[in-house]
Amino acid sequence: METTVKYPTPQGNPETKPFWDATASGKLMIKRCTACGEPHYFPRSICPFCFSDKTVWEESSGEGTIYSFSLMRKSATGPYAIGYVTLKEGPSLLTNFVDCDLHGLKIGQKVKVVFKPTDGAPLPFFTPV
Amino acid sequence: MTIKGKAYIAGIYEHPTRHAPDKSTSQLHAEVAKGALEDAGLSRADIDGYFCAGDAPGGAMAMVDYLGLKVRHFDSTDTGGCSYLVHLGHAAEAIAAGKCSIALITLAGKPRTGAMPPRASGAEADFEAAYGATTHNVYGMCAMRHMHDYGTTSEQLAWIKVAASHHAQYNEHAMLRDVVTVEDVLNSPMISDPLHRMDCCVVTDGGGALIVTKAEIAKSLKKPQVRMIGHGEAMKGPRGGKDLDLTYSAGVWSGPRAFEEAGVKPADIKYASIYDSFTITVLMQLEDLGFCKKGEGGKFVADGNLISGTGKLPFNTDGGGLCSNHPVNRGGMTKIIEAVRQLRGEAHPKVQVPNCDLAVAHGTGGLLGVRHAASTCILERA
Repeated sequence: METTVKYPTPQGNPETKPFWDATASGKLMIKRCTACGEPHYFPRSICPFCFSDKTVWEESSGEGTIYSFSLMRKSATGPYAIGYVTLKEGPSLLTNFVDCDLHGLKIGQKVKVVFKPTDGAPLPFFTPV
Repeated sequence: MTIKGKAYIAGIYEHPTRHAPDKSTSQLHAEVAKGALEDAGLSRADIDGYFCAGDAPGGAMAMVDYLGLKVRHFDSTDTGGCSYLVHLGHAAEAIAAGKCSIALITLAGKPRTGAMPPRASGAEADFEAAYGATTHNVYGMCAMRHMHDYGTTSEQLAWIKVAASHHAQYNEHAMLRDVVTVEDVLNSPMISDPLHRMDCCVVTDGGGALIVTKAEIAKSLKKPQVRMIGHGEAMKGPRGGKDLDLTYSAGVWSGPRAFEEAGVKPADIKYASIYDSFTITVLMQLEDLGFCKKGEGGKFVADGNLISGTGKLPFNTDGGGLCSNHPVNRGGMTKIIEAVRQLRGEAHPKVQVPNCDLAVAHGTGGLLGVRHAASTCILERA
């Protein structure tokens, strides 16, 4: 059962504004460096791998697999499952798993992005495919 | 430059309290400072260096004023629970460089009395804060992946708590003094999969302090001499999400740096203080420091191998964070203090390691599964 959770509103900044503009239209964006070719997440203007400023926005497929997770059994807003998803494009990101049986999660399971509303831009979450 | 043999831990003090609703946090810092000075046989006016972290109200400037210190060197590096292991390394560097000659390091706070302020966040905040990373679930993710990759079991993790409880029974100040079994741990409530309540450390008010000084001064004091011979520090994070691997920590870098500087090997170590915020923290650190191969930590800790007197590597003989004390949710200070007790021969007789002349104190700080630092200190009896 999902407890209704009020998620914090992303504050945004000039560096990440395109990411939050995209979530409003249901897109998950990552950054890719055109100098070294590596994608990364969360998005930075300068590549964390080669330190080039030649980074560009790229839409992720929003598909990936669970790298690891942990089900927090109790909290002020009920149980929730935190985890890392490794996107098809390569980068792993921290997220929560939603809209599913939290006790059925498995490492390696295929998941896809879903967006949940905030008072501002929607936030990306993941759910089993 | 090396710090090897240049700095001595001349004073230690662990506050006996585990719950201090009637004291202020600044007051606890002052009490542990006083305790460490008395232990060393020095006075406040002797202090010319001060080290503190995020638990110090108002930071170093406020604390130096509150404590009435006059210092010529200071450092308020904050790397969570391992800050004090970092401070010890930095104090040794400062002493070796002649920047100060008697350094005070303090830790104190009251998370048992009231909730701690949220930790500061960086550029990742918008992308992570909503997902509710706490210590429990972030260390849970590390344990989950370690089990997946290496077949580590909850039973093996439980042995770490069992060993800590065997030690805590002799510590009159320990918060939890009952000896527990593997079954007790497995039957305790699941907090955040796969970590049970007994895989988690205690929450305590309190604190501790150290006095670090140079050889000439240490040799003029009455306490047995304990000196730093190696230090390493490192940081690790998801780094853009590339090649994420939660089964190792920054200890894989801090450990070898410390052992190399000291000129010793893990196999030479007689006693190990290993940060035990959770059982998985210990297991991963033992692997990362080289006490066993990566993935073999479960086998290494099983069957009581961390219990003093019977096991091959006595660890956290005060009961550690799992049973005795985890002041301010920061375990690095008490790791150093118990290592010094062992090297001085001042540990409880039931857990004192015979002829303990070489020890390691090691910890991680921050969130192991997200961003964290590690610091490794190698100490010897002079």
